[in-house]
Amino acid sequence: MVTVSEVQTEAQFEEVAPKKPWTQIAVDLSRKQPLGVFGLAIVVAMIIAAALADVVAPYNPLQEHFDSMLSGPSEDYLLGTDEFGRDILSRLIYGSRTALLVGFVCAIVGSTAGLVLGVASAYFGGLFDLMLQRILDVFMAFPLIILALAVVATLGPGIENVMIAIILPFIPQCARVVRSNALAIREIPYVDAARALGFSDARIILRHMVPNVMAPYLIMLTTFLGQAILLEASLSFLGLGVQDPIPAWGLMLTNASEFFEGAPWVAIYPGVAISLSVFGFNLFGDSVRDVLDPKLRSR
Amino acid sequence: MGALLEIDNLQTHFFTSGGTVKAVDGVSYDVNAGETVAVVGESGSGKSVTALSILRLIPKPPGEIVGGEIRFQGKNLAFCSEDEIREIRGRDISMIFQEPMTSLNPVLSIGMQLTEPMIAHMGMSEAEARERAVKLLEMVGINEPRRRVDQYPHHLSGGMRQRVMIAMSLACEPKLIIADEPTTALDVTIQAQILELMKNLTRDLGVAMIIITHNLGVVARYADRVNVMYAGRIVETGVASDIYHRPRHPYTLALLKSVPRMDRPRQAKLDPVDGQPPDLTRLDGGCSFRPRCKFAIDKCAESFPPLEEMGGQHYSACFRSKESLAEIEL
Repeated sequence: MVTVSEVQTEAQFEEVAPKKPWTQIAVDLSRKQPLGVFGLAIVVAMIIAAALADVVAPYNPLQEHFDSMLSGPSEDYLLGTDEFGRDILSRLIYGSRTALLVGFVCAIVGSTAGLVLGVASAYFGGLFDLMLQRILDVFMAFPLIILALAVVATLGPGIENVMIAIILPFIPQCARVVRSNALAIREIPYVDAARALGFSDARIILRHMVPNVMAPYLIMLTTFLGQAILLEASLSFLGLGVQDPIPAWGLMLTNASEFFEGAPWVAIYPGVAISLSVFGFNLFGDSVRDVLDPKLRSR
Repeated sequence: MGALLEIDNLQTHFFTSGGTVKAVDGVSYDVNAGETVAVVGESGSGKSVTALSILRLIPKPPGEIVGGEIRFQGKNLAFCSEDEIREIRGRDISMIFQEPMTSLNPVLSIGMQLTEPMIAHMGMSEAEARERAVKLLEMVGINEPRRRVDQYPHHLSGGMRQRVMIAMSLACEPKLIIADEPTTALDVTIQAQILELMKNLTRDLGVAMIIITHNLGVVARYADRVNVMYAGRIVETGVASDIYHRPRHPYTLALLKSVPRMDRPRQAKLDPVDGQPPDLTRLDGGCSFRPRCKFAIDKCAESFPPLEEMGGQHYSACFRSKESLAEIEL
């Protein structure tokens, strides 16, 4: 008798929660995390701009208009032109491709490598942990930009090398955070239970421990997105990143530094683009953290 | 028929900054196929460490098996390769842990956790393993197994989780199950159900079981044979009824007296074992129970008493076991 009534109540519960339409979910979400949704909107806008650059951009970003060099914002050139008469709006739109590529590749590769290293470090412990952590300490000892500079200086400029340069300092940061979480997980009996079931170390790390540290991993990932874009812009600004004539925001700032007194739009708009995108990613990242961190969830 | 598992003079030590902890110091016992053997003792007596040593789950460092043999079907588990022991874990010997609330991974579904060892060890396909998982859940008395396999541990109560753990331990048809205080974290009413279930399943499937506990009631009802451990050694071993009704070692006696019993007139108060378990880094050569023992004599300080036969399969490690412990009078 008891079981029958239990089943009924549970069945009722399941009926009570019907699937919400996605519009309702979006409204709920934007009420709970307005800033996060705003950040996400910026990110989505950027992605759309990058994907549809060929359609959206008014001009070819490489096309030089020598009749209107350094002309201010006008009907023809909404955000003005640079010193070669290239349309700044089009270069910004195409530049978002570079920014997004670097941002996503670096954030995903960097945090995933850090995730695996961090969990492995916590799982094996002992000498392996000690050695790995000291190696990571060495990487952490360098300021981010110096380490990236060293990599680019060794490997040469170019977008692949820039990505390597940005990924390298991300790995220890993520590994450190993930390791401290994984150390706590390591002590929970289900890890020992998995060992007692005869699973291999790789299986325990990837299948049993990694899913339990997804929250810090995703938080690091979203933080890295903004950071990577900023770093790429910095490296390009220093002439170590993407090379002319490929449109990239940092590079546009470099060229602008000579002319911005007379033509401020050449510096302002790329700067705004960088700030806005990093701002968007950071807002989104903060919301992800709020949602994933149970300590903050109740607020 | 030879014993399924023979532990011979096992020594597991922990090398800590405070000195060497001889958690297990010369323990020998065996388990026959299909038999239930209990290992009893208070916290820190080395009963869990012995069990973990069998599957080589002792964290190293600081722990290490420094001596002795663990022969399982003729193979010495104490010093075989990591790959060989992994083959045996989960497949031939499985383990049930104390904490059902934390022994299941919260982010993996019940079905995934149940099928994983079958896919890994028995080469089953996912569909076969899932069918068997449903059968196993049914076997351990979980209602609606087909729905339960897709649920997560937080959907289940403690008792149900322990049932799932039992199902997991049975998944690969092991020959031996080690249950480390399987009911300590459960309500008393659930404890009996779980123990009854384990007893029935191991009997029906012919699986041997080592049950580690500090609950003597469990021992009396469910174990065939009992090993009483104190400070890393076995102090008394024998058939369950002998240990329960004719204890020969003062420690066993003290343990029995400290438990409320329904079959005796109600005592005004319980008689706990006085004092603390000894510091395992600082054991002298004598009997380690001596400081807490009512029967201690000078001889006890000189050497550790060996296990002596008391008749039948009953052994006790006390110089005075042979004397009639008349005043014991339970």
